Amino acid sequence: MIRYLIRRVLWAIVLFVVVTLVTYVIFFLVPNDLAAKVAGQGSSQEARARAIHHLGLDRPVYVQYGKFMWALVKPVPVHVGSVPVFVRPQGNLGYSYIRATPVNELIKSAAPVTGSLVFGGVIVWLLIALPIGILSALRPRSVMDRASMTFVLVGISAHPIWIGLIFAYVFGFRLGWFPISNYCNFFNHAGGCGGPVQWAYHLILPWITYAILFAALYARMIRANVMEAMTEDYVRTARAKGAPEQRVLRSHVLRNALLPVVTMLGMDIGVGLGGAVFTETIYNLPGLGKLILRAIGETDLPIVMGVVVFATFAIIVFNLIIDLLYAWIDPRIRLS
Amino acid sequence: MALLEVNDLKTYFQTDDGIVKAVDGVSFSVEKGKTLGIVGESGSGKSVTCLTIMGLNDRKNTITSGEALFNGENLLTAGSRRLREIRGNDMAMIFQDPMTSLNPVHSIGTQLIEAVQLHRDVSKKAARARAVELLKAVGIPRAERRADDYPHQFSGGMRQRVMIAMALVNDPDLLIADEPTTALDVTTQAQIMLLLTNLQEEFGSAIIVITHDLGVVAESADDVLVMYAAEVAEQAPVEKLFRRPFHPYTWGLLGSLPRLDTDLERLVQIPGQPPSLLRPPNGCRFHPRCPYVMDKCKQIDPPLVPISDDPAHLQACHLDETTKDREAAKLLETTMAQAI
Repeated sequence: MIRYLIRRVLWAIVLFVVVTLVTYVIFFLVPNDLAAKVAGQGSSQEARARAIHHLGLDRPVYVQYGKFMWALVKPVPVHVGSVPVFVRPQGNLGYSYIRATPVNELIKSAAPVTGSLVFGGVIVWLLIALPIGILSALRPRSVMDRASMTFVLVGISAHPIWIGLIFAYVFGFRLGWFPISNYCNFFNHAGGCGGPVQWAYHLILPWITYAILFAALYARMIRANVMEAMTEDYVRTARAKGAPEQRVLRSHVLRNALLPVVTMLGMDIGVGLGGAVFTETIYNLPGLGKLILRAIGETDLPIVMGVVVFATFAIIVFNLIIDLLYAWIDPRIRLS
Repeated sequence: MALLEVNDLKTYFQTDDGIVKAVDGVSFSVEKGKTLGIVGESGSGKSVTCLTIMGLNDRKNTITSGEALFNGENLLTAGSRRLREIRGNDMAMIFQDPMTSLNPVHSIGTQLIEAVQLHRDVSKKAARARAVELLKAVGIPRAERRADDYPHQFSGGMRQRVMIAMALVNDPDLLIADEPTTALDVTTQAQIMLLLTNLQEEFGSAIIVITHDLGVVAESADDVLVMYAAEVAEQAPVEKLFRRPFHPYTWGLLGSLPRLDTDLERLVQIPGQPPSLLRPPNGCRFHPRCPYVMDKCKQIDPPLVPISDDPAHLQACHLDETTKDREAAKLLETTMAQAI
């Protein structure tokens, strides 16, 4: 187990370096006029040169990348009282080129928005996909099954932007049931609204919009897994023991059929935390997706890097969590 | 009254290609404490016969007729609730492949406890005690500790022992063993068969052994049913079947047993393949493969009738008895069957 963990962490480090390096290099390959943006339109040549020098953009790429990484991983001691107990990486993501705000601050305020969207979305899509997938697996070719598979096809084909716009128009604008945009903080009333009720109320449409594609994919996957598990020999054994169908389903079929779903969930949560760009854009949610989208438009590398680092970190952490969870629920992995 | 009496059992499956007659008019009975061996090639309807009795066929697309009287109660017309009460309690089944027949995510103890608690209103502790008792009875070493292990931590033979323990945990009257040794290596096969025979003495269950291995039948069965293409070809007490086999298909099975006393280049086989059950041949279903085929065989399906001097020995073949006695004697001279 320990060796396994060490191997996983080493892999994660390699992955982390590759992802950040590639992002860095791409940024410098894309032609842009950063100096004009930083120093302002119509600024003098001299002012622009000063700005470039100030940001360190006149240094070689590898120096810049090295400085960036060093700010991120530089060990700083953690004190308990006045005694340094252990070290942690500094985790400094630098400052925005354009706004000069600390990237850590930007991430810190955007991440909860994306987190709310993603985790709520996961619950919504599981609530849709589990019953649909299981019921249609139990009655293949029935009307119910055909209706579900039609939903799946539509869900997979329809683009989130289109779904989001339709929902915003119908349920937000025409029917006026839900707010069309903005985010309310779960805890405090900063910026006009807040509290759990308003938070959820403002997120209902985004959740559903974000969830539909995944609900469709998961319903299809759950259906296939359940159908396959139903034909397993141990399911026949359970029936031969005299177990009622419901028990067969719950204790023997689902337990096995849902194992792969857990893996998928870990990946999708990780990816989602990197920013649900479409949904955040449509509903004007100040999450990571919107943040990185704007930063790309402004060629604001530190923000892009910040979001990439955060997303990579989220994906790695969630995959690790899922692996451990998987080992816990599947004895074949736990004990081998 | 026989423990299980099956009369004219038919199981048809509706498929996209038409109706598959998987079992077509099979009758037999099993007495308390006795063993019936059902022998035949793959696809001859052995397993489907037993799955039908257990009520384990997919209800959709399956047409069943006839009777299966278990302690006088017709299982084919019993409701699903009643069948569940019987399954695993009065009648239990073990399957061919022990590697896949146990649920990989539950410990074997949990799976045995489930089997007990489905039929007995006992505490988990009592159910576990019973489970461990059975695991000991089937020869699992350190049963108390191993009950917490998972199926993948057992070998194939040990898993089949676990399956047997699970089947016997509620002391059933009838145990159906569907090719219980096919997936195991030869030494383990012998151990498992010996175990079944010993447990039968201890628990007094009747057993139906489905197999394609005549050796298994010879060792363990009291009566034998030879099935071919969804029908019964021959039925007799075990020693009679081996002393005086009366159906060309049975001869084929006996003739294809490997021999140790001669240097054969290859095994003798029955020519051709089992017929499609979607469109079985007219007349006797064995006639396309039968070396003794006559014109009559292509027209009329021979009924299953007792041979003239022995009412307990049934066979379905048009060939005259003098020829059969002569051919059977010739066959026995040259096969291992003699040794058995």
